[in-house]
Amino acid sequence: MECERCHERPATVHLTEIINNQKRTMRLCEQCAREVQAESLGFLPQMNLHSFLASLLHNEFGAPAFGQAVVPERARCSACGITEAQFAKRGLLGCADCYHNFGDRLEPVLRRIHGTNRHTGKVPRRTGGKVRVASQIERLKAKLREAISREEFEQAAQLRDKIRELEKQL
Amino acid sequence: MALKEILNEARSRWMDGQGTDSDIVISSRIRVARNLTNLPFPHLLNQEQAERVIYAVKAAVEKRSLKEKIGVLELTRLNELTPVERQILVEKHLISPDLLEDYQKKAVVLRDDEVISIMINEEDHLRIQCLLPGLQLKEAWELIDRLDDELEAALDYAFDERLGYLTACPTNVGTGLRASVMLHLPGLVLVKQIKNVLSAVAKLGLTVRGLYGEGTEASGNLFQVSNQVTLGLTEEDIITNLLSVTRQLIAQERSARAALLKESREQLEDRVGRAYGLLKHSRLMSSEEAMRLFSDLRLGIDMGLIKKIPSSLVNELIVLTRPAFLMKTLGKDLTPFERDVYRSQLIRKKLSAAQQM
Ligand SMILES: [Zn+2]
Ligand SMILES: [Zn+2]
Repeated sequence: MECERCHERPATVHLTEIINNQKRTMRLCEQCAREVQAESLGFLPQMNLHSFLASLLHNEFGAPAFGQAVVPERARCSACGITEAQFAKRGLLGCADCYHNFGDRLEPVLRRIHGTNRHTGKVPRRTGGKVRVASQIERLKAKLREAISREEFEQAAQLRDKIRELEKQL
Repeated sequence: MALKEILNEARSRWMDGQGTDSDIVISSRIRVARNLTNLPFPHLLNQEQAERVIYAVKAAVEKRSLKEKIGVLELTRLNELTPVERQILVEKHLISPDLLEDYQKKAVVLRDDEVISIMINEEDHLRIQCLLPGLQLKEAWELIDRLDDELEAALDYAFDERLGYLTACPTNVGTGLRASVMLHLPGLVLVKQIKNVLSAVAKLGLTVRGLYGEGTEASGNLFQVSNQVTLGLTEEDIITNLLSVTRQLIAQERSARAALLKESREQLEDRVGRAYGLLKHSRLMSSEEAMRLFSDLRLGIDMGLIKKIPSSLVNELIVLTRPAFLMKTLGKDLTPFERDVYRSQLIRKKLSAAQQM
């Protein structure tokens, strides 16, 4: 039997991989088994995430949009030239502009993966500029609402002043 | 210390057995994905564009303010290394196996204590990683956060107000952050609670990964837990969530170990003693058998059943006895049989040296 990873060498090792209690047995050659082991010891389940993504993408991108007979020609990123079909196949976008160019088709995919389509984390210091300030204001406003609900009015007043100060920067 | 020395030395900072709860949490890792604007993602880069990414990162890590705040980071192109040297970086968990493909376009940046590494042109232009021993997720994030700020001062990151940091794969978009802990859970495996515990963890939006060899036991009883979602949560939320689940797992593992000690002390001592005996006296040791025995040995050390061996030595042995490292140590290619011979020799030598100290 050939190795199911490289399809070159004979399979001599049986490895059972457990991800979230799903068992999968792999028949691998020695070298691939070593690589898979190294991955599992040090690295994250990229391969698994990719296959999960591939099935999502097959539904969203592989099939033509509802009511359309074929995938339309516009389904290509104008910046890097990658097509929707290529994206669906590998699970990798071609460039940062793909997010904009495939925007409406990507939206449901992001929601399915992350449950949302809105970043609330770190904003780069230098290029983030106003976005950084805006997200800081959002966070302070959430704190302000909490403070008010706990009737901690002194803290609420401080937070309100901070928010006003930041709003001047926008 | 230059990269060549890193390659000769089996020990890394992450193995030193320091850090909180290091009897259960082997290491904590944070990595963030970043890309540059105006260049396609790595899988579409031609050689010339790949060079541009490498040069840009090289210039960024050589800036004085970065050196002052983070330390000296050395950039090495993968084509400057031999195949065995490249494999060692994988065995030491400093780079992923993916970085070995199409390596002409790739580079790695390392700090000499190996706590920080940056993979260049892997799936994203930059994969910035921090690896620390024990449970130190917050410490790892603080370091990454500072390094990221320093790099961003010199690099134009692909960032979108709504979607955050843009990554080649949409599963990483937003924070681009993957936090993980490597846990040694032999107690839960022995009391047969591991399946229940891990399936509960999986329901909390975390990924659990373990690798089983033939038979039913996990090879080495090592499990990796990491966050699944990267968008819609702050970095702090992601880390706090993983941290609190990890603390739960530590508590469960500790109570499993206490129960074992109370109810099956003889069986436990026997198991640990057998592992120690095999490691000390075998003449042929496969990599898989070694991982299994190392797990039992470590359990014995952590529970005070074995006194003279430090658990950091077990960490070191795990790396030392991996195939590429063995070949590097001996300076030649080895057949699997020869590796099993040398592996057992090395283990015997290290264990008896530790006993005599
Ligand atoms: Zn193979
Ligand atoms: Zn594109």
